[in-house]
Amino acid sequence: MSGERDVKNFWCLFFCFWPIAALVLCWIAPDMNWAFPGNRESATPLGVRIDDLFYMILVIVTIVFIATQIALGYALWTGSRTGKTKALFTHGSHNLEVIWTIVPSGILLFIALYQMDVWVQYRIKSHFPKEAQGPPIAEVTARQFEWRIRYAGLDEHGEPLTLQPTPQATDLYTVNDLHVPIYEAVKIQLRSADVQHSFFVPDLRVKQDAIPGQIIPIWFEVTRSGEFDLTCAELCGWGHYKMRGRVVVQTREEFHEYLKKLQQEQWYDGVDKQDDPSLAQNKLEVQQ
Amino acid sequence: MSTLNPSLEHEPAAHAHGEHHELPFIRKYIFSTDHKVIGIQFLITTLIMLFVGGALALGVRWQLAFSWQSMPVFGRLFFPTDGGQISPEFYTMLFTMHATVMIFLVIIPVLAGAFGNFLIPLMIGADDMAFPTLNMLSYWFMIPAILCFGLSFMFGGGPAAGWTSYPVLSAVMQAAPGSGHAQTFWLLAVTFIGFSSMLGSVNYLTTIINMRAPGMTLFRMPLTIWAMFITAILQAFALPVLTAAGFMLLFDRLPFSIHTCFFVPSGLVINNAPATVGGGQPLLWQHLFWFYSHPAVYIMLLPAMGMVSDMLACQCRKPLFGYKPMVYSLAAIAGLGFIVWGHHMFTSGMNPALGMTFMVSTMLIALPSAIKVFNWTGTIWGGKVRFNTVMLNCIAFVSLFIVGGLSGIFMAAVPVDIYIHDTYFIVAHFHYVLFGATLFGIFGAIPFWFPKMFGRKMNDTVGKLHFFLTYIGFNGTFFPMHLLGVAGMPRRYADPYMHPYLEHLMPMNQFITVCAIIMGFAQLLLIGNFIISIFVGEKVGRNPWNANGLEWFAPSPPPHGNFDILPVVYRGPYEYSSPLVDDRDYLMQTDYLPPKKEDDDDEDDDGENHGKEAET
Repeated sequence: MSGERDVKNFWCLFFCFWPIAALVLCWIAPDMNWAFPGNRESATPLGVRIDDLFYMILVIVTIVFIATQIALGYALWTGSRTGKTKALFTHGSHNLEVIWTIVPSGILLFIALYQMDVWVQYRIKSHFPKEAQGPPIAEVTARQFEWRIRYAGLDEHGEPLTLQPTPQATDLYTVNDLHVPIYEAVKIQLRSADVQHSFFVPDLRVKQDAIPGQIIPIWFEVTRSGEFDLTCAELCGWGHYKMRGRVVVQTREEFHEYLKKLQQEQWYDGVDKQDDPSLAQNKLEVQQ
Repeated sequence: MSTLNPSLEHEPAAHAHGEHHELPFIRKYIFSTDHKVIGIQFLITTLIMLFVGGALALGVRWQLAFSWQSMPVFGRLFFPTDGGQISPEFYTMLFTMHATVMIFLVIIPVLAGAFGNFLIPLMIGADDMAFPTLNMLSYWFMIPAILCFGLSFMFGGGPAAGWTSYPVLSAVMQAAPGSGHAQTFWLLAVTFIGFSSMLGSVNYLTTIINMRAPGMTLFRMPLTIWAMFITAILQAFALPVLTAAGFMLLFDRLPFSIHTCFFVPSGLVINNAPATVGGGQPLLWQHLFWFYSHPAVYIMLLPAMGMVSDMLACQCRKPLFGYKPMVYSLAAIAGLGFIVWGHHMFTSGMNPALGMTFMVSTMLIALPSAIKVFNWTGTIWGGKVRFNTVMLNCIAFVSLFIVGGLSGIFMAAVPVDIYIHDTYFIVAHFHYVLFGATLFGIFGAIPFWFPKMFGRKMNDTVGKLHFFLTYIGFNGTFFPMHLLGVAGMPRRYADPYMHPYLEHLMPMNQFITVCAIIMGFAQLLLIGNFIISIFVGEKVGRNPWNANGLEWFAPSPPPHGNFDILPVVYRGPYEYSSPLVDDRDYLMQTDYLPPKKEDDDDEDDDGENHGKEAET
């Protein structure tokens, strides 16, 4: 009999071990760099709120996880060592059912209502910040397997133009290299040239699918300068994994300088001091 | 025998079933219309497919752990000139077909096809399904599906648009190497599977509604039957949408067809594809696909929930805690399951206001799932727990379903889903539900109903060892994936390490792969135990588990026609440890207890004795 008891104890402990291991793993995860990219806070204020929401759910879920696993472990532990000849004869308890219906529904309702605000700000166009309601700073067109970026160019005085919905002769183009100014709510116009892709910048907590035939606005305000990885999060073919780009966040001035540099490079025709926009237009047409 | 029900006198009925025995081999075992044979055919087919799907998964894991290194078996077989290094399109095929095989050829058919077929008539006291020929066809429609999946490998390296097959990748033949004829055959195969499921579900519905034994009222049905019933409803209403969507995609694709553009917008520039008229909407596919495939998640879960409820009650020798709340929560999950499909599309670009409604309904669906978990725990509490293979797998089911359910709350929260969508967090979540819950439920159900299928028991020690290794391997494989997801590792990447922010995750991926390999090889124990036990397992009588259900009233294995004595049902299926009987801790649904004043002899009611009765 004692051998049988040992076996039962073993299985009870076995089932208790795994939830504990899971908790330990989650506990050490940030130290092991297994948490958010670079173990850092999001570089966007909205991303920080997403992280907060994540941690809030994590706390709730962890409490529920521990409670339910302890209840399960306790039920097993007592169930394995009952001295009685027969198990408890009960078909349930109405009160318990009511309690464990109402309590979780309250918690779930709270989570549901609590998060709506972030989502509304993130995606509902009329709730975008004022700056992001205007024209987009760039158009990102995903294609197999790269990100094509179109900026509005600069006018003859070197001042930035407004990005038009359709390509213009003055537009500037890059591939896989998106520059945006810091501390500004910038809007990106996202499209796809071929199949479905998804614009994913982990550090900014930004993800939006690019749907062929559709133009989707996304906005973000980055509060940390630097380079962030841009990846594709929607299967787009064999080269899905290598759609690697970067988002460079810099000051407004640096961004302006960048556009100027881009314009010079794009309009450079091998002849120095030739800065004639009409030539550039010809060149664009040739390219297309 | 005084306590037995009057049906014992129904001698002619018992004899009527005898005629079935004269069938030729091919009608008896191949093109059989017997629901038990069909169930076992489904079971064996799906177990074989489990290994196919598992092998594909190990291929995926190998590439993620040891990117571009010589892959054992697959690499050496298909890429001998590259030193066994697989190509990226081969990798996309691997995960596409892993998901496809596991979902369409393992989990859906093993639950509804194998256990649904085998158990429904036995548990409701019917002699067979309502439409036996339809039932046979539902199995034989699996075969063209498997053939079409097989054929799809012959073109362009196999289908590679993911099991979700989002257009335009899946709609334009030039979009990827696997988007050509491979994708066409994939769609045809899914359609065949759809036929198979549909034939099954109309059959199950009719059988459960019309063919229950006398006394088997709806609220005396075991939860397995309730779950199968609700699953059949889900399938019957959701599946036509997928079938229609599949045909729409086929019409979009084929060059010689009518060239519709349901999912293809204008102005695409894809490789050398000819320009199309366009005007379609790729998101339409996602809506139609998930309108089926989200309910399909419950099609892949509810029957396992039902079976686990039955097994837990039996192995804890205790009535199921809260029978009616369990039934209602099954129904609630199914009902809500129809209005949550949009939570797969939070980042897709659909109307963001829709996202909020889908978020609320998704949060709501967590509630019935929670109620079920509490009731399972309540069932174990105060029980006399038998720690056998069946029970261990059921405990694993509950424990892992909790993890899978809770991780679902993260992605139900739309803003959090923005970040974790299409990362490994999602992969972790659905494996906890589909493997952790459903497959462990199946690993419990196989040894539990094996004696009824073959008249022999599976080896419990080997079963426990299989469980032990699988459970360790499972947790080692899938729990760390949550962390990978939070670290931002996207799904479906052939080589995540070319992104600097993912480089440091390689050791964790290698650990996961080692665990997955352990888990994969542990399944050999299951298959070995299964095959050997058919021939040399311990012989058992009608009711080896001292269970209450009607299936344990029939001989093991039941003959064609199932019951030698027509069952009459007197009570619900969970009267374990009933104070009405003193000498045993179970009270079968067929056990007739005369009014209290009579001094009855319960001993005669024993299932074993029915067996003897039948033989005489």
